[in-house]
This record gives sequence, structure tokens and C-alpha cells, in this order.
Amino acid sequence: MKLSTVIEMKGISKSFPGIKANDNINLSVEKGEIHVLLGENGAGKSTLMNILYGLYQPDEGQIYVKEKAIRISNPNIAITLGIGMVHQHFMLVQPFTVAENIVLGSEPKKGTSLDLDKAVKDVEELSKKYELKVDPNSLISDISVGMQQRVEILKTLYRGADILILDEPTAVLTPQEIEELGIILKSLVNQGKTIILITHKLKEVMAMSDRVTIIRRGKVIDTLHTKDTNIDELAEKMVGRKVNLQVEKSDKQAASPVLEVKGLKALDTRGLEAVKGVDFEVRGGEILGIAGVDGNGQTQLLQALTGLQKPTAGEVLLNGKEITALPPRDVIESGVGHIPEDRHKRGLVLNFSLAENAILGSHRNKNFRGRFGMNYPKIREHARRLIHDFDVRTPNENVEARSLSGGNQQKMIIAREVDRDPGLCIAAQPTRGLDVGAIEFVHKRLVELRDSGKAVLLVSLELDEIMSLSDRIAVMYDGKIVAIVDAKDATEKKLGILMAGGSLQDEK
Amino acid sequence: MENKVSEFKARLQQNTKAIAYPLIAILLSFIVGGIIVAAFGNDPIVAYTAMFKGSLGSWSNFGETLVSVTPLILTGLSVAFAFRCGLFNIGAEGQFIIGSVAAVWAGWAIKGIPALLHVLLVLLIGAAVGGIWGGVVGWLKAKVGSHEVINSIMMNYIAMYFSNYIVMNLLNEPDKAFSHAIADTAKLWRFAETITVFKGSRVHMGIVVALIVAVFAYYLLNKTVRGYEIRAVGFNPYAAEYGGINVPRNVVLAMFISGVFAGLAGAIMVTGIQFRVNNLFGFTGYGLDGIAVALVGNNHPIGVILSAFLFGVLQKGGPMMQLKGVPKEVVGIIQGIIILFVAVNFIKVMIERYSEKQKIKKGSVEGEGK
Repeated sequence: MKLSTVIEMKGISKSFPGIKANDNINLSVEKGEIHVLLGENGAGKSTLMNILYGLYQPDEGQIYVKEKAIRISNPNIAITLGIGMVHQHFMLVQPFTVAENIVLGSEPKKGTSLDLDKAVKDVEELSKKYELKVDPNSLISDISVGMQQRVEILKTLYRGADILILDEPTAVLTPQEIEELGIILKSLVNQGKTIILITHKLKEVMAMSDRVTIIRRGKVIDTLHTKDTNIDELAEKMVGRKVNLQVEKSDKQAASPVLEVKGLKALDTRGLEAVKGVDFEVRGGEILGIAGVDGNGQTQLLQALTGLQKPTAGEVLLNGKEITALPPRDVIESGVGHIPEDRHKRGLVLNFSLAENAILGSHRNKNFRGRFGMNYPKIREHARRLIHDFDVRTPNENVEARSLSGGNQQKMIIAREVDRDPGLCIAAQPTRGLDVGAIEFVHKRLVELRDSGKAVLLVSLELDEIMSLSDRIAVMYDGKIVAIVDAKDATEKKLGILMAGGSLQDEK
Repeated sequence: MENKVSEFKARLQQNTKAIAYPLIAILLSFIVGGIIVAAFGNDPIVAYTAMFKGSLGSWSNFGETLVSVTPLILTGLSVAFAFRCGLFNIGAEGQFIIGSVAAVWAGWAIKGIPALLHVLLVLLIGAAVGGIWGGVVGWLKAKVGSHEVINSIMMNYIAMYFSNYIVMNLLNEPDKAFSHAIADTAKLWRFAETITVFKGSRVHMGIVVALIVAVFAYYLLNKTVRGYEIRAVGFNPYAAEYGGINVPRNVVLAMFISGVFAGLAGAIMVTGIQFRVNNLFGFTGYGLDGIAVALVGNNHPIGVILSAFLFGVLQKGGPMMQLKGVPKEVVGIIQGIIILFVAVNFIKVMIERYSEKQKIKKGSVEGEGK
């Protein structure tokens, strides 16, 4: 069977004030393939896809859909051409049902009113046809993020899309959901759909795609068949230099325990027990990784450790001193650095300047006080040093934290927490949403902290991250730590079994 | 050095923008007001001339304008300060009322101490009682989580009827619908006593106090650890909590300070102008106007001074328009339009929408994700 080209973008250029987002880009997508657009944040992938979807107009270049030259001046034209887009942030009406969301905008009607029975039937048929299981009658607010993504995909299919653009579809998914998404995409392709995937995650490229086009600084670097390439080559092409994906880490003898947790219990927001009696310790000079699927009590464990919520039982010792249930201020002041899992909710005051954010948590420190009130020149100087040392890309320290990219915001938080020189550093999802270059940087800093004899508690949903950084790995399942294994003995399979609630005895 | 220059430039640009938007809005509302005046069949130029002459045309008129401006600065600061901690204090009115009653009591009951000391004591007591009145609302929010808007509105009514009870019973001037007068030692110094140009106006030291408080509020918010914490709570309580900031304590404190400003406004009205408190049939309006003043002043202490001045000019100059046959309600209309334009950030939204459209026409970087 000869493959036909369904999308051809020729010589696309697009400039924004101060930046050339797309520079003479050529892209051709063949029918029935999964084509990945790979690039770092800000490389120009989304701009290109927004041009294809009719949200932007190119300055130069021509688009051919199914070999016909066409001008896509708005998304409605894209939709009639059979192009559908699933955005990174879902556009669903939370109190509506799945069926109501899917038909929204092109509802089946009975007279003047919505024919809900037909909507449900249509959705059931669609869901059967594409093997995308959803319950048409459940509310969006009740279903998981992975399910919501299915609804978004069904929405585009309902409108007759046969070319699907997915913008960073895995950013919000758990490892399991990512795997399921992979299966869904394969089955869609088998039904004759074509898929364009925007991502910066290399592993997914290798697992999911047929071909990959790498974009860097607005230019196409290369288009490759996935089976002819490997992760290291892709990383190098994406970042533009050799990237060390393997974390370099010397053997080190761990010292005495810095953090000891005994029988800790904590509730979630619904009042159910989310942490059900957890024991572990983190020693100086080691990284203890906590692996686990999202929602197994990690969030509550972190909050209970850092004073953001009160544990219902158990104790927490820092260097032998009890810090159980102390307010966050005392936890910070006893030498705990905390890189929070949600940088927008917890980590930064987005309306504060970088300088003001650089002292959050240590704002009472005498170093930042003047004779009257705070010593802002000194605070700004401190922030400038952090910005320089941690390579935060920003015009200056007076801009609002809001204006920085996610990666740079994260660097700012890490700079603040690491610079405080804490005895214990708690790092939760420290690389969520970051691109390869930034991830390498964050990992290096965490290892440096460990090498200087500090204790590091790493909580991450990315198993790769846990495995490459940790000295010991604790697996959390259903609010308990089910096993603590030495990182040298850990394999992805072993951890996978533990994370799913199995035990290693069964395996034998 | 270069860094400093660029920093200064950036700050200047920021501040010009912050001032320019409300300024354009005000100008625009005067134009719309003028059209309305014309629609009533009057000459807008004549009307506006009368208004500005009446409020700024002579030293004594200017002094009288300042009399209106004084409490507005303080109630405006009250609302603005709470707002910076993420709280909407509708209760400045009640805090004002209760502050003025406390001031009357202190001015009447305390006797035989030197004038300066007495005045200071009266102001302090008024401010403190206003602070407690606001603090209760903050405490309820921090402890029980009940919303400050509802509670502060309720506290306004409690303040008004409680004040009436005191005025008609404990402090009642026999057979009158007002309270005893405060002692002479409790009265604020009036400019006209020594500065002859102010003769005929009641302008008093209160305006100086109000300006000092505004500077103090600015300093407290922007230069101190406490202000840092209050602003952090206002912008993002979750991040504040993460940063070791005690959110409930700051909420109570911000409401207390907010109440202090409004209570002080009440005490200043008593010691500077009224010398007693009337039996109220409705709200005085000072606290409620404070909401508008804070809004137009963009919740910035210096902005509050400017917008309080604007409202003072309107309030004082309005009746002068009436003499030229323009209904004084027009002033109310202009005030309303100003608030409408500024509160909805009308100009800013329009300009931003326009430039956004231009950007979209040319394309924009923003779609590029995080």
C-alpha cells in the first residue's frame, strides 16, 4: 500500500515581536501514521500546529491538506477539513456529562431541544467503534484526567476528524494512563486516522511514534523514522548538544539518619485516611526515592512532613529532634528545604517579583532586614546571585514570577530551596513539565546536594527519575510503604509490580 | 549602574501605566458627565467651572474640600489595606461609626488632661475600637471560615444600631437626638485658628494625620516583613502557607489594621468637625465611599490619596453646580461613571483587548505552551 500525504506544510515562517517562532518549516505527515513533533519548550511546535489548526496565519508558506493547497483562516475550516485538536489544557464543562460534552456545539436535536438519548447513543456507538471506553452519563468532574482526555479525543472524532493533533497529551497523565493512551492511539491509527503528537518527552516518542520531526529554535532539524533512531540521538538533536541522560553519581556511604518517620498517618481532604502508618528514614548523603502511582498518599505524606497538614498519628524526627506537627515556619527553620509538587499553587507567589519570591520562607532572615523593615537592595542582590548561579532566564529580578516559563520558575524554586543549604531537601516532582536540558540541570543539583552530605527525599511519578537518582527506593501503595529496595537491585519490572500493589514473593 | 538605570526605567514605566489608566478613565467620565449635563440643557463648561471653583477656587473652599477628603483617605486606606491581604472589607462603615462613638465617649468622659494628650488618646481609642470591630470579622474568617463580606456588612448594621443605643442612652444630650459634646481639650487644631487664609473653612489637623497614615500604610505594606506576609497571603495563601507564613494570623491582623484606619477616620470626624455623634437614620457613607476610593486608587496608598482628593472635589463642588441650575445628582452620576470605568478596568481592558487583537493579527508567541 502506498502511503499518501495528508498534510504538507511547505516553507512555513511565522514571526512574533522579537522572535522567529517558525523559520521555513517543512513538514509532511502521511496517512495512518503517528507523527511526533519533538522539541523543547518554546521551540515552535505549538505555533506550527496552531497554524495548521487555523489559530494563527503564517507569514509565509503554504499548507496542503490531502494534496490540495488550502488557506486555513480559522479553526472551523480546519474542522471541516477533518483536522481535530486536543489541547494540553482540556476544554470541558465540568458539571456536564460525558455525552453532553462530546456533542457540545453540534448537538443532535429533537425539534428545538437537545435529544439527549440520541447523544448518549451516538457517544456509545463512537466509543465502541474506536474502543475508547467511556461512560456517557457520568459527570466530567467525577472522572479521572485520563478519562477526560478520552472525552476530548471523542469530541474531535464526533466532529468527524481524521487527523488528530494532540498537544502534550501525556503531561497530565500517570504512567498507566500514558500506556493506555499509547494503545488508544495505535487503535485509532488502525482505523485509518492520522495522529500528530506534540511532545518533549523522548521515551514517549520511542514508544508511540512512527516518525518524528525534531524542531529546535523554530527550525526543522531532522525528520526520522523512529525505528532508525534512539533516545540519545533524539536528545542531542532536540537540545543541540550532547545531553547526559544518565545521571552521574558516585558511590557514597550514607551517614546517620537525618529524617526518621515512624508510624505516620494523615488524612486527605475528604477526611479519609490517605497515609496509613508509614515508616522510613533518610540518611545524610543519600537520596531516598518514593515511587508510586499518583494518588497513593504521596501528597498527604509530603504535607504531613512539611507541616502543611497535621498528621493524625506517628512522629517525624529531624536529626533526632521531634518536628511532628510543627507549623511550616518551624519546619523550614529547623532546616528543611521543600521543592513543592505544584509550583504555581505552593512554590511561587506569581504576582510577586522574582526577588520577593527568592526569599519566600526565609523572609524573616536577619540578612534581609535593614534598620527599618526589609532591606530590598540586599534582597535584590541575593536574587540576582541565585538567578546567576542557577541560570534562571529572565530579563531581571524585578519581573513578576508569572512572566517566566515553567522551567525557569522551577529553577527559581530550586535555587531558593537549595541555596538555603537545608539538612533535608524534600523534592516533589522536581522536573514535572520541564524539558530535557532543564531536567539534566535539576538532577545534577539534587545529586550535588546528596554528595555534600545532605539528605534528599525525592517523590516522583516518573519511574525513570526515581531509578536514576535514588540510592534507595521506597514504593508507596495505598497509603503504605510496601517495600524499600536498594536502587542497585531495583528493576522497572520489580517496581512496577510493587507499585500496582503486588508483592515480590508472588513472582517467585 | 546600568542595572540601576534600567531598573528605574522599568519601575517608572510600571508606575506611569498604573496611574495613566485611571487618569484616562477619570477624564473620560468627566466628558460623559459633560454630555449628560448638556442633555439636561445646561452648559457643561459652566457647570464644571462652578464645581472646580466651588471646591478649589479659594483657600477656604479648598480647606472645606480637604475636610471631605480627610475621612475618605482613611476609609479608602482601610478598604485598600484589607484588599491587599485578599479581603474585601465592606465594613469600613461600621468601623467608622464605632470608632466615632468611642471617640465621643473618650472625648467626653476623660477630663483634666492636657489638650495634646487628650486628642491623641481620643484618636487612639477610636482607632483601637475600630480595629477590634474589623478584627472580629477577620477572626471569624480565620477561625470559622465565614466570609468577610457578609460578616462585615452585618457588623455595619450592628455598629449603627449599637451606636444609636449609646447615643440615645449612655451619652445622650438630654432631649436631643445626639450625644454629649467632647471636651475642648479633645478637639483637633483647626488651620483657621492661625492661618488666616483658611478663615471660613473648618480644615483641621486631621488631613495631616490622614496623609501620615497613608505613608505609614505604604511603608508597612511594601517595606516590612509584615507587609510582605500580608501581600503574600493576599496573592496566594497556599504559597504563603508553604513559605511558613501564618495565614489566619495575617488575616486577623490585616482586618484589624483595616479597622484601625476606618475607626481613626471616625475619631477624626468627631474631634475635627462634629464634636458629637448624631442618632443615625442611615449609614454615614464615609465607609462605603471608601470602597470606591480604594477601587479608583487601585488599592495603593498613594493612589488612595489622589482618588480621595478627587472624590472630595466632587462632593464639595457638586452643590456649587446646583447654584448654576445643574441638578447636583449629576455629580453622583459622574462619580458612578468614574467607579464604573475604573472598577471594571474599562480603559485597560479596552487597550489590552485592542493590542491583543493587533498581536493576534500578527500572531503571538503565547500559544507556545509553558
